Amino acid sequence: MAFINTKTKEVQVKLVFVGPGRGGKTTNLEYIFSRIRHRIESDMVSIKTQGDRTLFFDFLPFELGAIKGYNVKTQLYTVPGQVKYNATRKLVLKGVDGIVFVADSMVDRRENNITALNNLSENLHFYDIDIAELPLVFQYNKRDLATEGIPILDVETMEKDLNATLKAPSFTASALKGDNVIPTVKKAISTTMVAIREKLL
Amino acid sequence: MSYILDQEQLDGLEEALTTDLMTLGIQSVILIDMAGNVIVNLDDGKVRHDVYSLAALAAGNFGAVSAMASIIGEEEFSLLFHKGKSENINFTKIMDDFLLVSIFGNDVSLGYLRLKIDEVIKKVKVLIEQTRST
Repeated sequence: MAFINTKTKEVQVKLVFVGPGRGGKTTNLEYIFSRIRHRIESDMVSIKTQGDRTLFFDFLPFELGAIKGYNVKTQLYTVPGQVKYNATRKLVLKGVDGIVFVADSMVDRRENNITALNNLSENLHFYDIDIAELPLVFQYNKRDLATEGIPILDVETMEKDLNATLKAPSFTASALKGDNVIPTVKKAISTTMVAIREKLL
Repeated sequence: MSYILDQEQLDGLEEALTTDLMTLGIQSVILIDMAGNVIVNLDDGKVRHDVYSLAALAAGNFGAVSAMASIIGEEEFSLLFHKGKSENINFTKIMDDFLLVSIFGNDVSLGYLRLKIDEVIKKVKVLIEQTRST
């Protein structure tokens, strides 16, 4: 639910990172925070369990500059990935404007990716949002594991599993190393802004 | 979905919140939506909170409390209050999608504040109902 403030010439947009547990959603935000912390006043907010897993959400405000004279303030959120936290996951999706789906490239996480995407679709449906209508970007994370000899899914398989009908933009990435993290979020923001740009005065 | 508030509405919201709440001597008033966006942010000039983080947490907190209400068979808990040693926070829901967050010290009477909040909410509702949704 983007909010357009005509007085301060500001647009506030909510972008949520979703995906299976331990897939790298928080690592994405931590990398982004490490790159932008020198130019933002806020800290990254994390509500975690004692075991350092996301309990509710991580939050990071991210500014991208101006579009059509409007300053774009993007609020980046993650949701908890673990299946049992669906109630809180659903809450964070309220008012979402765009999604980054962080999929885990490890071979043994293939089913988890599909389950998480189906769960996202169901949760969006709860808010009367069709996943096919919402700005969405896929990130196939942990590609760096291949260099350590850990079997990973090939991109074609992941595209077929997750993106065959949605046909959303997708990136291979390593959130841990920072590879393609910024391009992923920039693409997500630009796709989201295209969706709401026509509504700007 | 997105929505737009024009200058007249925002000026009206600021004026109402300033006249009815800030003049009570409270520290700050933040009007947010349930997605965590900040609509109006007023303070007494003495504090400098991280308003965007506060809004994200307030929306999440209120959402969690509403979900708890639903589990125990309540439709909602429409207001929420957290008491600190010297500062306190009061949350009041406005219609389905908005939340008024008031931060105030112990020198302000909670009862009187709630009375004034009830009054200002009527004005806020009128202003927000003119909003253009897209």
